[in-house]
Amino acid sequence: MTDTAHEKNCVVLRAENLHRWLGEDENRVHALKGVSLSLEAGKVHAVVGPSGCGKSTLLYLLGLLDRPDEGDIWLLGKHMTKASEARRTPVRNEHLGFVFQFHFLMPEFTAAENIMLPMRKLNRLTEIQMKERADQILQEVGLEDKGQRLAYHLSGGEQQRVAVGRALANDPGLILADEPTGNLDQQNSDSIFSLLCRLAGEKKQAVLIVTHNLDLARQCDHTFSLVDGNLT
Amino acid sequence: MKRNFQIAIRFLLAKKRAMLMTLAGIVFGVAFFIVTQAQTHGFEELFIRTVLGTNGALRVQDKFQNAITSLMAESGDQTEGFKVPLKEGRTYIAGIAHPRSLKDSVEKFGSVSGVSEVLAGRASVSSGFRTEKTEVLGIRLIDHLSVTDLASQIRYGNLSGYGEEPKGILIGSRLAGRLQADIGDTLFLEQSGAKRRYRLAGIFETGVGQFDLARVFIHLGEARLLFNKPFGSSYLQVSLFEPEKAPQVAQHLEETLQHDVDSWQEREKTWLEVFRVLRFSSGLTMASIIVIAGLGMFNTLAMIVMERQREIAILRSIGYTPGDIVSIFLQQGLIVLLVGTLLGWILALSMTYGVSSLPIHIRGVFSTDSFVVKWSLWHYIWASLISALVILLASYLPARKAARIDPGKVIRRMGG
Ligand SMILES: Nc1ncnc2c1ncn2[C@@H]1O[C@H](COP(=O)(O)OP(=O)(O)O)[C@@H](O)[C@H]1O
Ligand SMILES: [Mg+2]
Repeated sequence: MTDTAHEKNCVVLRAENLHRWLGEDENRVHALKGVSLSLEAGKVHAVVGPSGCGKSTLLYLLGLLDRPDEGDIWLLGKHMTKASEARRTPVRNEHLGFVFQFHFLMPEFTAAENIMLPMRKLNRLTEIQMKERADQILQEVGLEDKGQRLAYHLSGGEQQRVAVGRALANDPGLILADEPTGNLDQQNSDSIFSLLCRLAGEKKQAVLIVTHNLDLARQCDHTFSLVDGNLT
Repeated sequence: MKRNFQIAIRFLLAKKRAMLMTLAGIVFGVAFFIVTQAQTHGFEELFIRTVLGTNGALRVQDKFQNAITSLMAESGDQTEGFKVPLKEGRTYIAGIAHPRSLKDSVEKFGSVSGVSEVLAGRASVSSGFRTEKTEVLGIRLIDHLSVTDLASQIRYGNLSGYGEEPKGILIGSRLAGRLQADIGDTLFLEQSGAKRRYRLAGIFETGVGQFDLARVFIHLGEARLLFNKPFGSSYLQVSLFEPEKAPQVAQHLEETLQHDVDSWQEREKTWLEVFRVLRFSSGLTMASIIVIAGLGMFNTLAMIVMERQREIAILRSIGYTPGDIVSIFLQQGLIVLLVGTLLGWILALSMTYGVSSLPIHIRGVFSTDSFVVKWSLWHYIWASLISALVILLASYLPARKAARIDPGKVIRRMGG
């Protein structure tokens, strides 16, 4: 990290002094109190902290699903905090991938169709190319024989793999995962985690995993601890 | 478009039962709307055809003069001539003094397709069995055939027999029944003491009760003798190439000829209004079925928006725009609208066809032995426009609500 040019190339997302208040009036909470961080390509980052410390709040800000009350976010060198929704929405489509605790799949769509949803929106591939890419992704997440299964006929672990596949669909620079294994048994949890780690290595994507599992966090390249709205 | 369509169709299919109810509402609403329009419009047109086929498009009658000259007006008809000062300072003189020259002038109008001179009066008609009051119309057969459907209204006897017989008479079917008269029978017409003898040559049926009961035709020359009117006539009956333009033609003729001219629309105002109201109110009733289907559509879509919040949120999070979400919900409406309208059309076509062969016996304002329907593309277009308006409105509100879903908030609430 001595070469600044090199650093610029590697930093996918940079956040400076993020503040976020949530709720109204007497319920108002200062959830984030000046959080700054950088996420690097090819690295897996963990955010750990007790429940209610503001991990999800941070992830929504970084994922352009919410806006900070104060502070700045640069994604791939572009300032995003003041950008219009019309600019932020296509950025989410092309450069961000989300995995949540619950998979949020379209239940009546097959595994392959769920993975194709972001591709269809991006609209850069032909139908055949999209199918090919979906098959390839299914293979990467270990579901090569389940592509034509409807999402609600898949097991919890399989559904979460499809959600990971969907996050990979447009080959984004940054994958944000909010307790992606929180709802799974040990075995599935481990395999999803190692899947995310492998992808970061292979595809040079930046991965941010929110978790309260310290064992998992130790295996990551960087670990941020969020305590009471502050990173330590 | 295609990618949103795929989502729209899956959202719809997941709500099959509610959607089928809405679809059925549209199908029946559209079909009933079209069928009732086809019937009411059909009967209205039959009425108009009957009116045009019996009393013609226009009637040129009393001469008028403007107030200043009315004091000097001379009457063409000594016995019946009288002056009535009316609105706009006009004075009317009953009847037509110089029918031949007036007829020539009317015929010169390009919109006029036929003119018949009529001398009308009241008389009693008697058979050996009974005597009845009638309205006698003295006509020239050839002329009158050019302004009426008399030829097709003959039920017994024939017009050539009447044409060859100087003392021939044509009477209405119900009058014939009352008089118990058959073709070839002798009938008498009596008017202020004069009694003349005729031979029944034809019995006609217009379907209009008052005509079939009380109208008789004789040759114009015979009528002159019967009513002792060697000159003049009561009115000219005029047919037009485009009967719907009668009011404009009437006004034009009136100004040029200085004679009172009535259009059929003016004459039949009351009945036409009855048909119009009937058509409108039946259309409104049927449209309300479509509106109820629209409420169902609104309800179902609002439910889908509620149930699909997390899917909508995830779509937004992976880059679908609010416009995409609107289009997903509008397309659901569009699918139901198109399928419903198309099926409605098909049902309407077969129902209209079925109804048109249902027997029904109507005499009075017109005559028919089966349901009358009017096949008009406009009924289909109106039904489609109404359902399009209702369904698009019913889809737009839920669509807008769906588009306003904040993905971050929903994902947080759903335990993302
Ligand atoms: N809409 C809200 N109104 C008030 N407080 C909220 C709201 N949403 C979240 N919070 C609070 O903000 C804090 C951070 O929440 P969150 O980011 O979800 O925590 P974590 O993901 O670390 O468990 C919590 O104390 C939570 O109760
Ligand atoms: Mg959380």
